[in-house]
Amino acid sequence: MTTAPYLVILGGSAGGLQAILTILPQLDVKLQAAIIIVLHRQTHYESVLTELLSAKTMLRVKEAEEKEVLLPGVIYIAPADYHLLIEADHSLSLDYSEKVNFSRPSIDVTFEAAAAAYGCKLAAILLSGANSDGANGLAAVYAAGGITVVQDPESAEVDYMPRQALLMAPVEKVLLPEEVPVFINSFTGVDNRC
Amino acid sequence: MIRNPVSEPEVALLLNDVLEKYGYDFTDYAHASINRRVNHLFLADRFPSFAEFRYRIISDADYALRFVEEITVNVTEMFRDPGFYNALRTQVLPVLATYPFIRIWHAGCSTGEEVYSFAILLQEANLLHKSVIYATDINTRVLEKGRKGMFPISQMQQYSRNYMEAGGKEDFSSYYTANYDYAKFRENLGEKIIFSPHNLVTDGSFNEFQLIICRNVMIYFNKTLQDKVLNLFCDSLEQLGFLALGSKETLNFTSVTDKFKQLENREKIWRKMHR
Repeated sequence: MTTAPYLVILGGSAGGLQAILTILPQLDVKLQAAIIIVLHRQTHYESVLTELLSAKTMLRVKEAEEKEVLLPGVIYIAPADYHLLIEADHSLSLDYSEKVNFSRPSIDVTFEAAAAAYGCKLAAILLSGANSDGANGLAAVYAAGGITVVQDPESAEVDYMPRQALLMAPVEKVLLPEEVPVFINSFTGVDNRC
Repeated sequence: MIRNPVSEPEVALLLNDVLEKYGYDFTDYAHASINRRVNHLFLADRFPSFAEFRYRIISDADYALRFVEEITVNVTEMFRDPGFYNALRTQVLPVLATYPFIRIWHAGCSTGEEVYSFAILLQEANLLHKSVIYATDINTRVLEKGRKGMFPISQMQQYSRNYMEAGGKEDFSSYYTANYDYAKFRENLGEKIIFSPHNLVTDGSFNEFQLIICRNVMIYFNKTLQDKVLNLFCDSLEQLGFLALGSKETLNFTSVTDKFKQLENREKIWRKMHR
């Protein structure tokens, strides 16, 4: 028996914040999964983002710090200008290596690291965006037994990212932003693929 | 890449080889980053199998050096986090100016972009002539690049912006001459920099300093190694010396936290208060 918490990662770029603002208020306050948000953005908006998202949910929102261990019911934001990795012991580590897909943080990098660390206890959700970051990561999540979800491109402010993911990766669910919280809230416990 | 071709136990095997054969100890590094970079290298160099990858590392010392270079992160830029350099300029340099001779250790300096940035600050404060910067890295190849003082010209626009944001007053281009694809920095900046190999995992202290800079190096270490290196820094600093880290690094929850006091700004700069 393992007590490792489930993990949900939301990745997005242009228009992704809009989707996240729709999703957060509907999350269950007793959520049993940890949530990580990887959002492409300018370095300057740093602290503002944490405050902005905190205002939308009763769950705790914080910037991810290196070496901290993921806890259920907490929303972690990947810091601007660092890649966010997940270790096998479910702690976080930061990485300042090359940009991937012109992005740091890169969604692919976090998805791939989480796939290795979490396997089937992971759900990766890719939202609106204007580049192809995230698609390879979704494929890695799927290969490791995790669930892959993409925002319905029709609902995305910028549909390139979800469309690329649908072309390049095995996607199990295509959801509207308002359907995502229902999925996340029911992700723990009921899922018995592990 | 769907699944990693080199598994985590195989990565551990390689790290053990590199330790036993070449003395580079990566066993206390955080795993996720190394894992990713080892796999990246395996794919980039198109090895047909793990066995051949491993054999090459064991049997070819030159390739082993490439391995070390590739798994350690060497991404850097000039005046990285301009606010940090502004804080050095306004809060640290005035204190260093009071010393007759200034010794600085830049640990994990990689290819040297930040070392040259700091040399520029020293020059503008009219302190460079009485300073010496020991710039060290585990990796001899990146030190070679630092010694040359040549950086890609394509980056200069960004660096110039960083420099201005860091409070720079001069014309940034006056510090280098453009040479085809490279910007060669003025000789006098490099004269006070000693590039030298130093391994934070295995090597000890080699002097006493008024300022130690080590940015985005310890994020790759596990807690045990972080603590060991912080104690090394603490032992290598004079009383009231400064320790400057990367933007997401902290002394909180480490064994040296009581010995330091953070400067009152948003930057990651501490002052050694106790022995």
